[in-house]
Amino acid sequence: MTNVMPIRAVEAPSADPLVIAGRAFQSRLLLGTGGFSSHEVLQEALAASAAEVCTVALRRLDPSARGSVLDVLQDASVQILPNTAGCYTARDAVLTAKLARDAFATDWVKLEVIGDDRTLLPDATELLAAAEELVQDGFVVLPYTSDDPILARRLEDVGCAAVMPLGSPIGSGMGIRNPYNLAIMIERAGVPVVLDAGVGTASDAALAMELGCDAVLCASAISRAQDPVAMSHAIRLAVLAGRLARHGGRIPRRRYAQASTPDEGRPEL
Amino acid sequence: MLVTVNGEPRELPPAATVCSVVELLAADGGREREAAHRGVAVALEGEVVPRDSWSSTRLRDGARVEVLAAIQGGSA
Repeated sequence: MTNVMPIRAVEAPSADPLVIAGRAFQSRLLLGTGGFSSHEVLQEALAASAAEVCTVALRRLDPSARGSVLDVLQDASVQILPNTAGCYTARDAVLTAKLARDAFATDWVKLEVIGDDRTLLPDATELLAAAEELVQDGFVVLPYTSDDPILARRLEDVGCAAVMPLGSPIGSGMGIRNPYNLAIMIERAGVPVVLDAGVGTASDAALAMELGCDAVLCASAISRAQDPVAMSHAIRLAVLAGRLARHGGRIPRRRYAQASTPDEGRPEL
Repeated sequence: MLVTVNGEPRELPPAATVCSVVELLAADGGREREAAHRGVAVALEGEVVPRDSWSSTRLRDGARVEVLAAIQGGSA
């Protein structure tokens, strides 16, 4: 494992918090806890990420399990974001969200309703139905959605606190396959847009932020990296860099060169 | 009476409650009783049993109970 270098000049300005459902966060990187080889690696990667929000999943209690992911997250004082991973129907997702609310005493939920186990792509109709029901039940709903600007708008219309589009399928590491759709979604969204799947390495996270995403949620890119702590640190910096670049404003792309040195005053040699 | 807990049949005393099932699983893992409730949720016949109702919710013969806990997860 590499040591985490100190970060000074590039720290996010504290006047630029991420605000979801009225709650402010300094970090724009959310960490998915899936795929880490041990609680120790998760703990180190979490520290390197500076994330303030972490997802957890609910599964049948394993009496032989030693230690809990909850201990790691509570020691780090991060907010727990339960997810509904593995749900295929609105009914299962709603029930899972309610179980998570009882288990973790939070009404926040990362809503996932997937269509099949090969693509893990969202099932749009089940997702929208579950989102609507959970919002009406008082949940702060953060839906994992496809990169469809219309579906994102529908999710916002039913009261979701953010939308979390994929860049590409979960765990695929294929980055952002449709930046134009994402840009349209961001332009029109009235709630935070959090890139939620597909990041393979730091540059993908930077691109998401340059496109105008409000935050990035990463799991596999960090947990399955050869050195998860180093990658966590890299993605943290990429999110900061992308945010700063978005504010900086990129120059337009053009086909021909544009000299940066003036012609005027050029000597006749 | 016979109750299905997390897919496995378990023989329980007639007065068993949701709370006793949660503590039974904790005892299986050698965990303290106090730690048994933390981060755990229970579904009975497909409905949530809120933790403040665990000790008052009695199980019937043939009941289907799911006892869930946090694991690492959350795609992306």
